[in-house]
Amino acid sequence: MKKLIFSIFLLGCLLFVPAMVLGQRTISGKITDSETGEAMTGATVIVLDLFTGTYSDENGNYSIALPEGYNKIRVTYVGYADVEQAVGSSDELNFSIDPGTTLDEVMVIGYGTVKKEDATGAIQTVGEKFFNQGAITGPQELLAGKIAGVQIVQGGDPGGGASIRIRGGSSLSASNDPLIVIDGVPVSNSDIAGARNPLNIVNPNDIETFTVLKDASATAIYGSRASNGVILITTKKGKLGKKISVSYNGNFAVSNASGKVDVLDATEYRTVIEEQFVEGHPARGLLGESNTDWQDQIYQTGIQNDHNVSIAGGIGIVPYRVSLGYTNKTGILKTDGFNRGTVAINLSPSFLNNRLRVNFNLKSNLTNNRFANRGAIGSAVFFDPTQPVMSGDEEFGGFFTWKQPDGRANPIATSNPLALLEFRDDRSNVTRHIVSGQIDYRFGFLPELRANLNLAYDVSNGNGTIEVPDTAPFELGTYPGLKNAYAQKNENSLLEFYLNYAKKVSDFDIDVMAGYSWQHFLYADFNEGNDFNNASPVPLIEADTFTRENYLLSLFSRANITYKERFLLTVTYRRDYSSRFGEGNRAGNFPAAALGVKIIDDKEGSVNNVKLRLGYGITGQQDLDGNYYPFLARYQSSFDNARYLFGNEWVTTLRPNGYNASLRWEETATYNVGVDYGFLNNRITGSIEYYQRYTSNLLNFIPVPAGTNLSNAIDSNVGDLENKGLEFSVNAIAIDNREKNIFWEIGFNITRNVNEITKLTATEDPTYQGVPTGGISGGVGNNIQIHSVGFPASSFFVYEQVYDEADIPIEGLYVDRNGDGQVTPDDRYRFENPAPDVFLGLTSLFSYKDFDFSFAGRANFGNHMYNNMLSTAGNYNGLYYSSNYLNNIHADYASIDMSVPQYFSDHFVQDASFFRMDNITAAYNFRNLFEKKNNIRISVTAQNVFVITNYTGLDPEIFGGIDNNFYPRSRTILVGVNANF
Amino acid sequence: MKRISYILLMLLFVGMSAFLTSCFSDLDVVPLDDDEVTAATVYDDPGAYRQVLAKLYAGLSLSGQQGPAGQPDISGIDEGFSTYIRQYWKAQELTTDEAVIAWNDGNIQDYHQQDWDAQNEFIAAMYNRIFYQISLVNEFIRESTDEKVTERGIDAAGQAEIQIYRAEARFLRALSYYHALDMFRNVPFVTEDDKVGSFFPNQTNAADLFTYIESELKAVEGLMADPLSNEYGRADKAAAWMTLAKLYLNAEVYIGQDKNSDCVEYSKKVIDAGFVLDAEYANIFTADNHLSPEIIFPVVFDGINAKTYGGMTFVTHAAVGGSMNAGDFGLDGGWGGTRVTRAIVDKFPAAGDGRAMFYTDGQNLEIGDIAIFTEGYAVTKFTNVTSEGIPGSDLEFADTDFPMYRLADAYLMYAEAVLRGGGGGDLASAVGYMNDLQERAYGGSDGNITEADLTLDWIIDERARELMWECHRRTDLVRFGQYAETNYLWPWKGGVPEGVSTSAFYDVFPIPSTDIGANPNLIQNTGY
Repeated sequence: MKKLIFSIFLLGCLLFVPAMVLGQRTISGKITDSETGEAMTGATVIVLDLFTGTYSDENGNYSIALPEGYNKIRVTYVGYADVEQAVGSSDELNFSIDPGTTLDEVMVIGYGTVKKEDATGAIQTVGEKFFNQGAITGPQELLAGKIAGVQIVQGGDPGGGASIRIRGGSSLSASNDPLIVIDGVPVSNSDIAGARNPLNIVNPNDIETFTVLKDASATAIYGSRASNGVILITTKKGKLGKKISVSYNGNFAVSNASGKVDVLDATEYRTVIEEQFVEGHPARGLLGESNTDWQDQIYQTGIQNDHNVSIAGGIGIVPYRVSLGYTNKTGILKTDGFNRGTVAINLSPSFLNNRLRVNFNLKSNLTNNRFANRGAIGSAVFFDPTQPVMSGDEEFGGFFTWKQPDGRANPIATSNPLALLEFRDDRSNVTRHIVSGQIDYRFGFLPELRANLNLAYDVSNGNGTIEVPDTAPFELGTYPGLKNAYAQKNENSLLEFYLNYAKKVSDFDIDVMAGYSWQHFLYADFNEGNDFNNASPVPLIEADTFTRENYLLSLFSRANITYKERFLLTVTYRRDYSSRFGEGNRAGNFPAAALGVKIIDDKEGSVNNVKLRLGYGITGQQDLDGNYYPFLARYQSSFDNARYLFGNEWVTTLRPNGYNASLRWEETATYNVGVDYGFLNNRITGSIEYYQRYTSNLLNFIPVPAGTNLSNAIDSNVGDLENKGLEFSVNAIAIDNREKNIFWEIGFNITRNVNEITKLTATEDPTYQGVPTGGISGGVGNNIQIHSVGFPASSFFVYEQVYDEADIPIEGLYVDRNGDGQVTPDDRYRFENPAPDVFLGLTSLFSYKDFDFSFAGRANFGNHMYNNMLSTAGNYNGLYYSSNYLNNIHADYASIDMSVPQYFSDHFVQDASFFRMDNITAAYNFRNLFEKKNNIRISVTAQNVFVITNYTGLDPEIFGGIDNNFYPRSRTILVGVNANF
Repeated sequence: MKRISYILLMLLFVGMSAFLTSCFSDLDVVPLDDDEVTAATVYDDPGAYRQVLAKLYAGLSLSGQQGPAGQPDISGIDEGFSTYIRQYWKAQELTTDEAVIAWNDGNIQDYHQQDWDAQNEFIAAMYNRIFYQISLVNEFIRESTDEKVTERGIDAAGQAEIQIYRAEARFLRALSYYHALDMFRNVPFVTEDDKVGSFFPNQTNAADLFTYIESELKAVEGLMADPLSNEYGRADKAAAWMTLAKLYLNAEVYIGQDKNSDCVEYSKKVIDAGFVLDAEYANIFTADNHLSPEIIFPVVFDGINAKTYGGMTFVTHAAVGGSMNAGDFGLDGGWGGTRVTRAIVDKFPAAGDGRAMFYTDGQNLEIGDIAIFTEGYAVTKFTNVTSEGIPGSDLEFADTDFPMYRLADAYLMYAEAVLRGGGGGDLASAVGYMNDLQERAYGGSDGNITEADLTLDWIIDERARELMWECHRRTDLVRFGQYAETNYLWPWKGGVPEGVSTSAFYDVFPIPSTDIGANPNLIQNTGY
């Protein structure tokens, strides 16, 4: 299929090869760097509005034919500002181009680029200069706190993933992840088995820019997967002409846990046990002699090495960039480790006088992981501090273990955290490759017309094994231990083709585009597992491969019309088809329109630019994580360990699965009003955005009327929710003193988002409380949050605590909120939610001569956290268990004074507003070492420097708002070297 | 030249449209996995009927298609909690004097406090399990009609077999509707005529539902296998009779009518069907209880082939804690959950009755704190060791089958129905049956009774002694007016240590709020 379209495309090219050359003159000149005066080789020179072009040669000289009726020439060079000049009477025209931060000028948007000043949507770009500093493994870490409306919550483990939310979540059951497009390839959100973060495919050192598309007029071109925003990642490319440049970027970092859960030490613990239990009580007899801080035992100093080398230049007409990266991290939790090698190759040659451009990318990585047993985090909190790590006995590898009366390990007692780490060997290796090629052809006979073909293949393989030997004090039973293996192969194939026509007609600049996209996702998981000795007659995990796929087909188009370079109109339309829905419901239409008016557009003066933007559009959602055939009636076989006995035969059962034949697209309508501004020679720039997003036909896993389907809940289109918000961002060059060589730039953004569920059930039912969510530790199946109509998603659903005079909660006493004379579950109320009311990001870049100094921080206000560690660990009943073991309790136990956990008290929902200093970097630049252009930069960075918060738990920033067994974020010191030759 | 261009251009368009068409057919996906079959083709395999029937039975025991967890049948609650028997056990036992549980899972403590509401997830899980069974049976009945079976070319022998499968499926549906009637009364009503899709079922009432269950059971009893003639694990006529006997015995509660004579009739059918009392009471509850001649209808569990965290894995593990040695019960370790209140302990004589299977070492008879396992006697009745004392096939997942119906219950129903004035039986036989139970319990005639001893008060206590923890207690207490609003109290009933009367409406569970929200045709039960 792909071959077919490719040959048709080539046929088309041959057909339209141009022939006509009429009255014309030849213009020539030289192109130089405005700062160094160096001749610029390989700069692109084009005749404006005609789009014919050439390159400057080794000496910076060019020569180009200028047909009659055309009079402007534009020179572009990556990393330099574009320059346009009118041709006068002379046939010679020289250009002096400015290196500088031109990245903001042209922005990558879906299927094309747009000049920043002509953008009509809520689009923001972050370039290398503003990236976060530090021990960074995943690309998303570069971006945290940099863009208004974008929230990135990073996990604590080495190389771990993050939760990314753009303008709140627009879905409940469907994915809330933004669409990530890497060099034009939309990648799947799905995890890869054995990988910590699928985005680790991109080495952060290879990234040139992030572009975030926030409103519907910008994202609707990606229709089907755009409801939660789009992040476009553009990687670095080679440059023609300039000398070969080699750069090395490396760092060495050490990390430590930024905190521990506050539990009793051995002495305090003994005292509490003696207070709570009388002489002779079995609890006293269980006390040990040691003094162990279990959390100190499980954490270690993590070490990171990171080395990246890139070579860029041009061979003949082929600009290239090749980069190699290697990262090795040990986690702060013992036995946790990550290492990764990456290769990225970019080739971007042009042919036929620049009419045919090819952009080829290959990205490969190989990751090895050892996953620490995270159960150790919780166990270390709870394990009796009076017990030793090692028992002195031979059994259980020598680790102290709680036992049953008959001497066997007690399966329900807390496991020795060190034994959990030591005995579980959980490793994986993951490879991922993305190959993509874009071919862009400008027709000779009709230079306004451009055809673009984008082919990509993204394949990943994850393989892993988990082993627990039969000597371990956990994974007990008749067939002890564990020997599991898993593998997953994900394939994502993409074919996109579009035609673009751009022409100036009197005062109108018209740019229209139409295209087609075909994408196929294929997943195959393999799992098998048994006990360590492979003795169980029916394996614990039957060897089985689970394969599934989905397709997305789209037709898309966009028109940009500019009138007098002042009034801008963008209209897009995308029609998507998803194989996740039945035949009548597959298609979704996603239109959008935006209007921009440059109210002030003045290069000089104090007010340089004010642009008003209005946008409206509809985007869709079909990503039902893991559910590929939700519309189809299917029967599913049982595993061999879930059969039923008829006589002497264990019969494999066949289950008809629940399905929803009428499932269709979830839709989000977005209204956006934005103002872009630039003051004081554009030293102060930024934008203000207001948006409203209305999601309807929510893809929602909800209860169906009993008896109407083959399960009690299925994926349905029921429910509405809305997000409203305000974003403000500013970038100010506070000091720009070239004489004294002082420069200071500040970036600041602040966002307010308000989320509310407006409908949840098919019928109006005022008594319906909502969908419980937010599972907590303590009890099984306890949920602390609820999705309710009229409230933000995941609001905490709790009882209102009554306090005594000393402000200590009275155990089990709650306010009878509905006044019916008794406290029942109906007295729970919705109290706050995990999302911040307001969040902001701040970045400062300061340089003085060869020194530079930067910092970046973030703050959240009004976000609330359920302190699950306090609610489970803060009670006396948690000290002793009648099945003969002891547990530690929270050091704040006296402040709540409870004997039984009161999970649903609002006492445990705490304000977790915070300011976090993400990173501070100081660096010195050795410039022009040995010879010109050899620069070395040496930097020191402190990461996660400090957190200011009133929250009493481990960390105020935990995605989902439930503080429980959290892998602590590390505090890191890093020394980095960056050298360019 | 121009002409060629046009032709080529035309070809380009034709090529493009052909390409697009072929791509659009990509959207017609079917499952790639060999564990999944589309509904359109599944029954082309004659063996599929038996496999779907097995699922209808497994719906009572397991949580889903993967053991012990991983592909759940229902959602909204932890998968291990979601099994039919685990929820049925909790609803029938934890709400009564027979059991307390130490745990803090969701609203589980509301069961013992009798102050649950329509949001209670355990009630919702029970309700969802009931309707899961009903929906699956409806699907099977729709797909196994004579017309469809003939169309698929199944031979005569195969068709006859499928007829029996259908009868058993209808029995299972009637059984679940009976549970719905007993626990929820006014439930939505769906049959095989209601296809899968978006609609709002109508709410039925106790009288109509009673009539439907009765007519279904009577319709299928003739089609089902004769007692003791079916494969182990599958229901036979006696299972249908037991259900009818229960329906009639409780008719006064459900529909305000005396059906005791019918109860006598159907109890007698069961008694005469050929089942015999197990000589050893304890062997009805062991890992090899499939050998027990007393069990009329078992729900099958197995440590290797039918793993679940619910069902008997729960019943056996939850009962073990404190100083009990888990190995003695064939378990890897106890879960330290369930005990009995003294209200039950006191119904046994100090000695002699072998059914008083309590573990008292380190256990207080009184319950000061429900959360502490050692408060309240532990119960050793259900174990995962065989009658020979050998541990089950796996220490984590029990082999023990759940005796949904057994002969002793038929004896007790017969006696009670006769006492309540049911015709067709006689007191002498009733006393005889009761003494059969006593003699087994006492290992002799020490506990034997006379006609004068046989009173309704004696019956309700005897049911507790004989059938403790076998999921009868809630229904029995309601029938005897000793459940919610009554002066019959037990420790922690109503949430206070000495026990307190609650409101009469707690005799029936509420319709879960999830279904009230999903189905506008439903009206909540009185009081909620």
